[in-house]
This record gives sequence, structure tokens and C-alpha cells, in this order.
Amino acid sequence: MSLNVPTMAEMMANGETPDVLFWVGCAGSFDDRAKKITKALVKILNHCNVKFAVLGTEESCTGDPAKRAGNEFTFQMQAMMNIQVLNGYEVKKIVTACPHCFNTLKNEYPELGGNYEVVHHTQLIQDLINTGKLALEGKQTYKGKKITFHDPCYLGRANDVYEAPRSLIEKLDAELVEMKRCKTKGLCCGAGGAQMFKEAEKGNKEINVERTEDALETNAGIIATGCPFCNTMMTDGVKNFNKEGEIKVLDVAELIANAAEL
Amino acid sequence: MIQIIVFALISIAGFGVFGYNIWKVRSNILLGRDIDRKGNSSERWKTMFLVAFGQQKMFSRPIPALLHLAIYVAFIITQIELIEIIADGLSGNHRMFYFALGGFYTFMISFIEVLSLLALIATFVFLARRNLLKLPRLNMKELMGWPKKDANLILIMEIVLVTCIFTMNTTDEILYRIGGSHVEHASGSFGFLISNCIADMLMPMFADGYPTSALELLERIGWWGHIAMVFAFLNYLPYSKHFHIVLAFPNTYFSNLEKKGKFTNMEVVTNEVKLMLDPSADPFAAPADPNATPQRFGAKDVQDLTWKNLLDAYTCTECGRCTSSCPANQTGKLLSPRKIMMDTRDRLVEVGENVRQHGKDYDDGKSLFSYISEEEVWACTSCNACVDECPVNIDPLSIIIDLRRYLVMEESKMPTELTGMLTNIENNGAPWQFSPSDRLNWAKED
Repeated sequence: MSLNVPTMAEMMANGETPDVLFWVGCAGSFDDRAKKITKALVKILNHCNVKFAVLGTEESCTGDPAKRAGNEFTFQMQAMMNIQVLNGYEVKKIVTACPHCFNTLKNEYPELGGNYEVVHHTQLIQDLINTGKLALEGKQTYKGKKITFHDPCYLGRANDVYEAPRSLIEKLDAELVEMKRCKTKGLCCGAGGAQMFKEAEKGNKEINVERTEDALETNAGIIATGCPFCNTMMTDGVKNFNKEGEIKVLDVAELIANAAEL
Repeated sequence: MIQIIVFALISIAGFGVFGYNIWKVRSNILLGRDIDRKGNSSERWKTMFLVAFGQQKMFSRPIPALLHLAIYVAFIITQIELIEIIADGLSGNHRMFYFALGGFYTFMISFIEVLSLLALIATFVFLARRNLLKLPRLNMKELMGWPKKDANLILIMEIVLVTCIFTMNTTDEILYRIGGSHVEHASGSFGFLISNCIADMLMPMFADGYPTSALELLERIGWWGHIAMVFAFLNYLPYSKHFHIVLAFPNTYFSNLEKKGKFTNMEVVTNEVKLMLDPSADPFAAPADPNATPQRFGAKDVQDLTWKNLLDAYTCTECGRCTSSCPANQTGKLLSPRKIMMDTRDRLVEVGENVRQHGKDYDDGKSLFSYISEEEVWACTSCNACVDECPVNIDPLSIIIDLRRYLVMEESKMPTELTGMLTNIENNGAPWQFSPSDRLNWAKED
């Protein structure tokens, strides 16, 4: 099935206004693994006939890694350029599959003139299910499977979103097993604060290995995440234990798209 | 009469020196930059009530929480007895509240005794956790030396304090029973729950005509010992990690009420960026205040941090919950959020002394970076675990980010990979080297 991905510019040219802007983010646009998450979400949006659009080539980094690395200039340059584009299209609502983009757009853009309703993709999918636009009843793909959810720091502790991704896993009729450290006590995957883009400081262990141990303890066959960076870190962690044959690392959107056979 | 004068002088000195120390701490904290933590006072009171008064966040670790609760409640309730001691001391009376309150007095002192006993047990357990069981978070390298002594000293002071209370109450009870009380001449019993039991056990020793002078001396040692410890404790606080018993309250009141993921916006930068992006902007339109000192980007020293960061530093009691939850620390990196707070406080004390002795502009050639290494600053994942863990809402992360801001924006010092990442964002709008024109390619790929 080919994807229907209208851009803001196209919509504008047709005199249409989307209900929601899908902010794809850099990982979702360029990283091969994260692109699959992007496509899974688009499949869901297409299936539910959500009127959305992307910025396409007009999108640019939110500036999150620059801000966390301490470069406020680069961050604000990015933020203000993005806000000009978003306000130019009169965007009201944004959905994103990246908790870092989510946090920055939602919390750090308002003071620079960008005021939008920003939701994480798990929240939007939850809404689609609750309003009956997406039905998962009787779907067997993950029935009874053990799934554990790794809380992305910028979704959980940073923004107090813990329930939306979990409610989606429960909708799969799967068995949700929690790691010993979860929700507010969840352990970071090691990618945040611009760590994704540099080598870790000297220590005796990689953070993603420490976190993967938590996940392995649950004996879950699937590690679910809601962040492209957590996904990378957990996938690498699973490889570190040579478990990539038994344990899959999947985004919640991928689980839903697979279960709904999209 | 001499006793009253001695007591009054000790009290004036005790409170006076404490007041001076509080003033010093306050002026140190006010060396920090301003930050608005005023509005939404109902939410602020609620946070203070739950987190400081109600110790809500302590209970994620129930064992130390219960032990700590015993000491905390005992401390609060004992203040009632302290008021009586001060009233007695200044008026020359003995147990002034005894007749006024009657049965309630017996209940109240009994209650204090029970809590004091629980606190005593908790104190011994705490000493054991630190020195015998050697709990990892209480034995990390940043605690070696003075911080460890400080912690033990506080616990020992608490033992002395409680011992004085029981000595005072028990000897007073025995005196009352053998008709030598200062409360009334007839013999009787206070009937305080625990001192009464101890007196029961000791009574055979005082059965027949034992001279009361030794008992009176012990009672006075208990009484004076207690009040002396209180003043010693009070004046030790501002030099100790134990200051949290006071500062936990303002510190939680001034908590950050925003989402934890929201980092502060630097307005100085906003103005510059607006000028850069707006071709029609006139850089000379609104001349900057010629007397204003330009604000540093980020933090090199304590004056560049906010007063809330500095209040955080004085409030920290070095419990180490932050460090034990830090992913970097758990995987052997140098970073310890507790050490960041301790270093900030130690540097602040040093800068405060410099300012008082040599004036505001004195430069001792040192900075926060004399205490905190760049390696520590760069090990942080900004995951907010330390912020979430802190039982008194201290925020080590905002200090770490301000240190990064200084390194990056003032010194251009950062790990080389980050230089590349930032260049990529500036050149092609992504942290990796991809062309912005390829951003939508995923939609056409299979």
C-alpha cells in the first residue's frame, strides 16, 4: 500500500487545512530504523482518514540537541525559523513520534512565540481508538505476548505521559510486564541530553546495556518504546547480549500498525 | 537569680549568633541571579505541605522514610518542651506548664518521650547504615572526610539530646516520688510513660532517705545539657548539611512548577537572535543601558546561577538519592548530582567570604570549574531522574545545563562530536549530515 503523505505546501495550494501537522523529526526523516516508525504512524493516520500534513523539506531540527548541549544560540535560531514556518501555515495542532521534538515544541516554543497543541503519537493513537476510528478487537498478532515498555525520559519524567503508551499495549491483548524501574523511576536509555551524538564519558558500563538488563529480566519478547533514540539504544543493547533473534525492539506505533494489519 | 541571668545570656548569644549566620547564608544566596518563583502561591503552599511537611517523596524508599519520620516528628513535637524549658529558664520556675495543662501535660510529655525513644532507635539505625552496613550511597567518595564526620556528628548530637531529656525526666520523677520535687512539696508522680518505667526500675536505689542532692544535680545536668545542645545544634546548622530541616520548607515552596522537560529560555539570546533573523531590525534602535553589566552566557561561577540554585545547594542534606538514581553514576561515570550540589555550596561559602572580606568584585582566580570537572558536566543525559528523586525538590540538572552553556557559548569547549552535531544543525537543519532536500525521501521509499 502506498503512503499518502501530503505536505503543508500542497494542502495550502489546494486551499485545504489539515487537522494536525505530523512533525516527523530528524530521526524519523533520516534514520533508517526510525523511518519505519514514521511509516507505521502514517499507515495508521491514512487508515483512520486523519487529515494531516507534513512540512517535508520545510521542516528543520527543533534545536533540542543544541539546547541540551548548551548552545542556546543554535537552539533559538532553529526554533524561531521553525516558528515562522509553523505560524505561516497557521498550525494549531502537532503530533510527533519523537519525545524530544514533543517536549521542545510543547514546552520551549511558546516563550519564543510558537503556541500549539502538541501531542505524542501514542496519545493521538489512543484518541483514534477511543473515538472508534481505529479498531483492534479480535486482532491476534500480539495476543498473550509479553511486552515491556521502556519509558522515554522526555515523555515520562519530563512531561508526565505514562499511561497513553501503556493503554495501547493493553489494547493489543498482550501481557504488559513492567521493568523493576519504570514510570517516574524509569532508567534513561543513555541517549538524552545530546549524548546520542557523542561517545559516553569513561565508566564501567554503557547505560543502554544497564537498561537492557532491566528489560531482559522481565522475559518479555518485545521491548516497546515511544522514542526513535530509545529504540536505537535498546536495539544496540539487545545486540550486545546477542538476543536480537529472540527479542524485538518496536515502537508502539509499529505494534499498533502490525496488529491492525496495515 | 544567677541561673536566670546565665540562661538569658546564653539564649541571647545562642539566638544572636544563629541570626547572624542566617543573615550570612541569606546574603550568600542573594548573590545569585534573579528568577521569578512568585506566582501560583496556592500550588506552592500545596507543594510545600506535601513534599516538605508531609515528606511525600521520602516514601519511595520506605525504610529510611519511616526512620526519618520518627526523628522528624520527635523533633517537631519536642519544640513544645523546648518552649517550657525557655519559659522556665527565664522565669526561674520549674515545669511551668505542669499545673496549667494538668492531664494534657502528662499526655504531651509522654508523647514526646515515646517519639524520642523512636528517634533514638532511628538514630542508632542511621549510624549503623552509615558506618557498619556501609550503604553505597552513604559511602561514596564525595562524602569522605568532612561530610561523613558532619553526618555522624549530627546523629551523635541527637543521641545526646535525647539522653538529656530522659535523664531530666527520670530524675525529676524520682525526686517527685521521694518528696524532693521543685513542683510541689508533697510526694507524687508525673507519670510520664517512659521516664516512669525507668524510675520504677531505679526506685529501689532511692528507697530509704537517699540524699536528693545527687539527683538534683543529675536533673540539672539533663536540663542544662538539653538547652545547651539545642543552642549548639542551632548554631551548627548553618555550617552543616543538616540545614535542610529549615530550608526544606522555603526550598519546596519555591519549587519549579513547570514540566521538568522545559529548560529555561535565555532572553539575552532571544534578543540577539531576533536581530539576526530580522533584516529590518535596527540594532541601534534601543541602546542598551550603558551602566548594565553584560550577563554571562551560562554559569562559570555561583553568581551566574539563580538564587534558587543556591538555595538548593544550602538545602541539600547529601542523602544521595539523586546520585543513586543517576544513569551516568550507575555506570561508573564521574558525574554525581549530589557532588554538583555540594560543590556549588562549598564554592558559594568561599565566594561569600571573599565578598564580605574583599568586596564584590574580588577575584580569587577560582570558579565553579575549580570544583566541577568538564567530564562530569558532559556525562549528564538530562534524564531528570535526580530532579525527580530529590525529597526536597532540588534541581541539579539546571546547574549542569548552565555550566554547559558557559562552556559552549563562552569558551567553545565541548566534546568534538558535539561541535560536528551543532555544525550540522546550523548548516543542514539536522544533527547528522543529511541534505535538507532529502527530508521527505522516506515517503517514497519502500
